[in-house]
Amino acid sequence: MEIKQTAIAGTLESSDIQIMLSKGQSGIQIDLESDVKKQFGDQINAVITETLKKFGIDHVKVKALDKGALDCVIKARTIAAAQRALKTADQPAWEVL
Amino acid sequence: MAETKERLRRTMMFVPGNNPAMVKDAGIYGADSIMFDLEDAVSMAEKDAARDLVYEALQTQDYGDAELVVRINGDDTPYYHNDIKAMVKAGIDVIRLPKTETADMIKTLEKDVLAAEKEFGRKEGATHLMAAIESAKGVLNAPAIAAASDRMIGIALSAEDYTTDMKTHRYPDGAELQFARNMVLHAARAAGIAAFDTVFTNMDDTEGFYRETNYIHQLGFDGKSLVNPRQIAMVNKVYEPTEKEVENAKNVINAIKEARMKGSGVISMNGQMVDRPVVLRAQRVMMLAKASHLVDEEGNYIEK
Amino acid sequence: MKNSVGRKLPDDLMKQLNYEGFKSTEIGKPQVQRVAPKVHVSTGDDKLVDSIEDVVKKTVKDGMTISFHHHFRNGDFVFNKVMRVIIDQGIKNLTLAPSSLTGVMNDIVIEAIKKGTITNITSSGMRGSLGDFVSHGGLKNPVIFRSHGNRARAIEHGDIKIDVAFLGVPNADKLGNANGMQGDAVFGSLGYALMDAQYADNVVLLTDNIMPYPNTPASIKQTQVDYVVKVDKVGDPDKIGSGATRFTKDPKELKIAAMVNDVIVHSPYFKDGFSFQTGSGGAALAVTRYLRQAMIDNQIKASFALGGITKPTTDLLEEGLVRRVMDVQDFDKGAAASMHTNPNQQEIDASWYADPDNKGAMVDQLDIVILSALEIDTDFNVNVMTGSDGVIRGAVGGHQDAATAKLTIISAPLVRGRIATVVPKVTTNVTPGDSVDVLVTEYGIAINPKRKDLQKAFANLPGVPVYTIEELQQMAEKKVGKPKPLEFTDRTVALVEYRDGSIIDAINEVKD
Repeated sequence: MEIKQTAIAGTLESSDIQIMLSKGQSGIQIDLESDVKKQFGDQINAVITETLKKFGIDHVKVKALDKGALDCVIKARTIAAAQRALKTADQPAWEVL
Repeated sequence: MAETKERLRRTMMFVPGNNPAMVKDAGIYGADSIMFDLEDAVSMAEKDAARDLVYEALQTQDYGDAELVVRINGDDTPYYHNDIKAMVKAGIDVIRLPKTETADMIKTLEKDVLAAEKEFGRKEGATHLMAAIESAKGVLNAPAIAAASDRMIGIALSAEDYTTDMKTHRYPDGAELQFARNMVLHAARAAGIAAFDTVFTNMDDTEGFYRETNYIHQLGFDGKSLVNPRQIAMVNKVYEPTEKEVENAKNVINAIKEARMKGSGVISMNGQMVDRPVVLRAQRVMMLAKASHLVDEEGNYIEK
Repeated sequence: MKNSVGRKLPDDLMKQLNYEGFKSTEIGKPQVQRVAPKVHVSTGDDKLVDSIEDVVKKTVKDGMTISFHHHFRNGDFVFNKVMRVIIDQGIKNLTLAPSSLTGVMNDIVIEAIKKGTITNITSSGMRGSLGDFVSHGGLKNPVIFRSHGNRARAIEHGDIKIDVAFLGVPNADKLGNANGMQGDAVFGSLGYALMDAQYADNVVLLTDNIMPYPNTPASIKQTQVDYVVKVDKVGDPDKIGSGATRFTKDPKELKIAAMVNDVIVHSPYFKDGFSFQTGSGGAALAVTRYLRQAMIDNQIKASFALGGITKPTTDLLEEGLVRRVMDVQDFDKGAAASMHTNPNQQEIDASWYADPDNKGAMVDQLDIVILSALEIDTDFNVNVMTGSDGVIRGAVGGHQDAATAKLTIISAPLVRGRIATVVPKVTTNVTPGDSVDVLVTEYGIAINPKRKDLQKAFANLPGVPVYTIEELQQMAEKKVGKPKPLEFTDRTVALVEYRDGSIIDAINEVKD
């Protein structure tokens, strides 16, 4: 699936993560900022990657600003950002949820 | 009526659906019901994100024994159908419909929920419903709304919209809500479902909060909608039975046991027959006493 | 080598610095020899000077140990003024031995380390850029972290031999009689600084407020002071402590505080004449408020409140619910003001407060203490020193000392953001689990299995679920996931002493 527009989801509040997706050419490239990057960076990247792949998104630039979000929040924000980027926010991807 | 067994619904805590910190911690405060809000607490631009967040949280977070409720967006919004589908798929206990004005709105909701249950393979009838009454029309139709579906577990009064509709606002003495409270309560009782009172938003007015909670407790409401976890302990305190009530209830329960052992259909206490309302009240008092940590599982008083 | 809590310690450093590994929380009854300071005899007529430069020139030499107190906290001007002069005079190889280091001191300490002015540090703690700098190997010699009680012990033993103490005070007369209660930048108790005043070879007071001689009450006395330096301003009153006391409105903190209160009230120690220490921070203030109600409801009064004092505690003194406040430091203006007006609020020095090698310290008489934790592990060991990334960002403070109380309660959320507080093994062991009795989280409590009596007392507490600490640890891990193990180099950047002077843990340089 192609990213149709740059899209953002999530906030910079504590326990949240802000995910910004924009067009990319070379795979899923994640730029992650997090206070817990040392301990959880790999895990955060894995959740984002796995969720994007379920949408069939293979090429995308991801900017992630993490404020200590749990996996379920990371997944939810990635889904919201992906649907906005694909312009399908009004047709939830039930198979991804 | 969705349930035969009564469950305590003293406190229904509102949780803004797009706030991860509050969504993840909602389970720690001991609310009887947790209501995730996709409606007024979420801006138009974030409706999709809030729905995703509540969905994922429901899949992963442990909310203990609390009854889980979601307030969806109304059927006059483009979010209504997706909210229903997502929450049915998530396995929510109760869907709360805002601004309910007619029994037909509940009947339509029931149909939509059933369709979602079929689509996502959820057990048919597993998703319960409740209605928020927020207008004069809703109040006048409350009896029909409360009885509109077997899935209904309760109705709630929402005073902010209602008082606006009535061309007034909220006063400390609550006179402006008298009729609505009694209508909602009677509608609930006639239909055999729960009645929830409206929120009290001024966190600095503890005295006012207790005054209002004592009042709705006296009327017979099951409980109250809450905007802040700090209000939970206060409501529970109001609903805590007195020692005398507990003693009396224990006597009734013992009389039931005795009658059962004797194989007698008639329950008597101190030579007098105990009728059904007394039994029901005793059972409810014991349930409240257990929830208030006044008695242990066997009904024995806990020394404090 | 490994010490008795299983911490690997660097053999060569231990040998070089003549340290032993931590063995036990028991102090026993050893006989110890205290040291005495040099006295530069004078009649006191020439003490008052107005140049920090001159005093530094006369007193500070290469290789010496200098000290400061941290009672001004983030409103401190004295530290920067003095360190500036010391750096500019090109003095080298100093050991910095303050009671603690606050954020406003960070930049100049880093500068002093880089220029070779400071080569050794001992402190209660450090935070922010300085903690980061040290954790990344910025200082060659390991920092020695000591608790407030242990600093007093180390000074009395001569382990810390202070050559020059620079002590800021909000008032002093020309001979050096001073207290912390009058003037612009008041902070109340001078508790930590009193050790320096008593044991340093040279005591230099800095003040912006010269009082008529003789100045009383004199917490620091003219018999201890060598110089009094007049400066324009010693501190910023607004940054010394919080102004008005604000109770937390965070429902999670309130929930923890309510549960802490339940634990206290149902403990065998909650009876007339009990004593307690609650410390500062949102949850601690809320505990004090709940405790007040419980004392009124049960008609119980406390004999004393101890430690770092806040306004809610001095309010209890005013109300007659607490008979004495034993005050080593004041966290807010209200508590500092009360120290001035209420004779039942006794200023105590760090030795009286918490020194283990003493003829009885206040902490030895303490019934109940509530302490915080960055991490607590399944053996109840507590870390208040390093963050979850392994970087130094805390202080021992009075943690190890007050944990000797009969009932030591650790109050902490199960998780903070994505970081678990309850962990399989603490990153840095500061307070050994042997001295910790109960952990209170928002989900419930865990009781140290060694305390069978408390297990029984708290078994059926309404609304206070009891878990094993392992269950709480697993609960936390289920929420946040399993973190990747931290990576450190082999280089030791700090040693943490237990209060008896043995080494409880080593902190290594972080790898990144």
